[in-house]
Amino acid sequence: MGVLSLAIWTPIAFGVLLLALGRDEHAGAVRWLALVGALAGLAATVPLMAGFVPGTADMQFVEKAPWIETFRIFYHLGVDGISFWFVPLTAFITVIVVIASWESITSRVNQYMSAFLILSGLMIGVFSALDGMLFYVFFEGTLIPMYLIIGIWGGPRKIYAAFKFFLYTLLGSLLMLIALLYLYNEAGGSFDIAAWHALPLSASAQTMLFFAFFAAFAVKVPMWPVHTWLPDVHVEAPTGGSAVLAAIMLKLGAYGFLRFSLPIAPDASREWAWLMIAISLIAVIYVGLVAMVQKDMKKLVAYSSVAHMGFVTLGFFVFNDLGVSGGIAQMIAHGFVSAGMFLAIGVLYDRVHSREIADYGGVVNTMPNFAAFALLFTMANCGLPGTAGFVGEWMVILAAVKSNFWIGMAAATALIWGAAYSLWMFKRVYLGAPGNANVRALLDIGRREFLVLALLAVAILAMGLYPQPVTDVTDASVARLLQHVALSKLN
Amino acid sequence: MIDNISWLAIYPEIVLLGMACVIALVDLAVTSARRTSTYVLTLMTLAVVAVLQGIYASSGNTFYGFGNMIVSDAMGNWLKCFAAVALMVTLVYGRPYAADRDMLRGGELFTLSMFSLLGMFIMIGGNNFLVIYLGLELLTLSSYALVALRREDAVATEAAMKYFVLGAMASGFLLYGLSMVYGATGSLDVGEVFKAVNSGQIRHQVLVFGLVFIVAGLAFKLGAVPFHMWIPDVYEGAPTVVTLLVAGAPKLAAFAMIMRLLVDGLLPLAIDWQQMLAVLAIGSLLVGNLAAIAQTNLKRMLAYSTISQMGFVLLGLLSGVVSGNVDAATVQAAYSASMFYVVTYVLTTLAAFGVILLLARSGFESDKIADMAGLNQRSPLYAGILAVCLFSMAGIPPLVGFYAKLAVLQALVASGETAYIALAVFAVIMSLIGAFYYLRVVKVMYFDAPVQTAAIQAPLDVRVVLTLNGALLFVLGLLPGGLMALCSEAILRSLAS
Repeated sequence: MGVLSLAIWTPIAFGVLLLALGRDEHAGAVRWLALVGALAGLAATVPLMAGFVPGTADMQFVEKAPWIETFRIFYHLGVDGISFWFVPLTAFITVIVVIASWESITSRVNQYMSAFLILSGLMIGVFSALDGMLFYVFFEGTLIPMYLIIGIWGGPRKIYAAFKFFLYTLLGSLLMLIALLYLYNEAGGSFDIAAWHALPLSASAQTMLFFAFFAAFAVKVPMWPVHTWLPDVHVEAPTGGSAVLAAIMLKLGAYGFLRFSLPIAPDASREWAWLMIAISLIAVIYVGLVAMVQKDMKKLVAYSSVAHMGFVTLGFFVFNDLGVSGGIAQMIAHGFVSAGMFLAIGVLYDRVHSREIADYGGVVNTMPNFAAFALLFTMANCGLPGTAGFVGEWMVILAAVKSNFWIGMAAATALIWGAAYSLWMFKRVYLGAPGNANVRALLDIGRREFLVLALLAVAILAMGLYPQPVTDVTDASVARLLQHVALSKLN
Repeated sequence: MIDNISWLAIYPEIVLLGMACVIALVDLAVTSARRTSTYVLTLMTLAVVAVLQGIYASSGNTFYGFGNMIVSDAMGNWLKCFAAVALMVTLVYGRPYAADRDMLRGGELFTLSMFSLLGMFIMIGGNNFLVIYLGLELLTLSSYALVALRREDAVATEAAMKYFVLGAMASGFLLYGLSMVYGATGSLDVGEVFKAVNSGQIRHQVLVFGLVFIVAGLAFKLGAVPFHMWIPDVYEGAPTVVTLLVAGAPKLAAFAMIMRLLVDGLLPLAIDWQQMLAVLAIGSLLVGNLAAIAQTNLKRMLAYSTISQMGFVLLGLLSGVVSGNVDAATVQAAYSASMFYVVTYVLTTLAAFGVILLLARSGFESDKIADMAGLNQRSPLYAGILAVCLFSMAGIPPLVGFYAKLAVLQALVASGETAYIALAVFAVIMSLIGAFYYLRVVKVMYFDAPVQTAAIQAPLDVRVVLTLNGALLFVLGLLPGGLMALCSEAILRSLAS
């Protein structure tokens, strides 16, 4: 069994074990087993980090075995610089979520934990699949656990949110399925993504493929105007669900652009780049403004996620090294920052059972330790230098300026909107005199919560101060991707 | 004329027939309400038959018996093997339910279901229009009686009446169509008809006239729109065990019948019957998926879901021949996609109805969607099995239903015809709508609080078989390659002869 297989199947195996053995009567043991599973999943990515060779664009840790021979579908795995960091990131966030949900989930604990572990394995599968159908199976497979997580442990309107999440994303992916089948037939019966990259395609075919993939990935990212499911889902999802959704699941869509849209349909990508840039800028500016007026903390962070993901897609479609690398850096940074933001909201929600900004005020008086973490996450969310949030945004803005000054100018305003909604929320929730009796009765975070937030804080600072490991890994792969995109595939 | 090979070809049928008679007699001496000895004897017979068919099938040989009236080929033998297993599973799931409702008295449930299986075998193995028709009649007559097994139940009796009247009419259609083709070609033998039609000497108009009636009759048996009216009523009205008898194994036989009549016999008319199948498929996908949304009864919802699933089977069947060109690889891919679809459909349906049967108690049918409320809290295992079935029917990977849909869609897209690709897109949009009502049942099971709190009790055999059934669905979702290759190989060998 290869290293990547181990990273995929270790958490899934633990998830199945939890489903089979877990009972609510011994919830404590279930939690510990889940933690062991999540840590084993993280440990399984260690050989990956130790063995990855930066500086080459080739696929590494490749595994290939026949899976469904009738359709020549292979169990084909591998990572390159583009996908590499997402594997440990997913495993890391899973550990965080398991610890963060320790006390807040009390019913059907084994199913909850197992859903996250299985989800973790599936998402790692998405990032490492090199066979189109395998990718699709993992990509769609993530819907089932997430649907159950939202629907079982969610808030008051959980059912609406669960259905919206499932059907919205399914619609996009079904169109992609047709695109995959089209490519399979065009390539003479092959689901190999690398073969698709080399496949010459006519302009009209490329356009159709581009938009079919766009339907799947734009919904997942989500890009304006198909982002409307995200705020609803975030508001209703349990804290852990929100964290995984924002930190990892949104990245599946953005990753899809890099693995499918750009290299398979380069001419169409260039032709429609203006549209992608335009809607990315709308996400950055308009959705940023929308975030500012939210009364619900989770909704605010959800809109801010849309805005941040706008940076990612903007970086991809300006077609230069800095932009694409910046987009990837932004994806990783957003993984840490959004997880931190949602977990911080979760800490407050566990105590007060409200997400309304108006129900808080002056939290810093009663929870000073917690407020310090919250401040760090807020700063990272608005892209303060020295935090992870700065790296990606700065690279993307620089790249945008390189390609067109006004695009860069427009993107740079996001720093203002981001600071405005993040800091204003921080002021209203944390600063001032305690707003009401609930706030006065708050207890500061315990050791478990401290551990979770500290881990994320360390990650955010480390990436902000020393982002080189990220860019070192991505450089070669991004360079090759851009070379490939620059060449026409028209036949 | 009747040589050893002929007897060999119908050896399992003879065993089945003999044992069905023996069991009817044995049951006279059985007095226990649960009919354990009859039940065990039936299961043993079916197991022997399934194994025999499995041996025939894995040899892969094709041979004809009784002057080409009977064919034993890989496709047919696998389908017979699966049908026998499906009937076994049905009887295991259904016995407690039937015993609670005093339906085992007289042992008719066992005898009639064995005769219906015999009918399926004859349909599947028939190589002659009349033989196929006789098999069909044996199957449907047994089914009418099974639906009406609870004489005192008004709903079941109504369902049986509807089924009988509409079924008899459809049989009439089919027979009329077959007689038209017989009149035009002068033969009832499937192979001879193929040769005659292929020669191009026969007036196209007469053939197509007959074809319309044949397709209508087949569509009725399969339950495709607009010949689907009986399905919801029979599914809902029949006792659940009989619903499963009608919904499970007979679909395998219906698929085989379509293959024998339309492909083996009338392939040169593909361009004509493909258009008809396309209309049926579009109607089935549309009506099945939209009507299922409005249902509150789970059996009725599954009835409409079946209609839409059959739409997919038809899509596979119609994509075999592209603009009149018969290409061996395309034909094989398309028909094996349909076969895979039917087999996985039957497997999924068995498990879904198995859970419904398990939850039913005397005086409580457990056939409303609301009855599933909070099932996850009552029994995570059975809720999990039903959820796997529902996600599979919705076509969500990594469950087996996804690969079935994938194979059919691939067959459509591979044709390269714009019309077929448009059909694929349509089918995909319809399965999105379909996902909604399957998810709704999952929602009721997982998100709602339980209403029923009675402990779930089931005999050991039911629990073991149901768990195995669920596990098989799950494993096939991860490793569908084997079954897919089996279907592909079976179709290849059958068409080669």
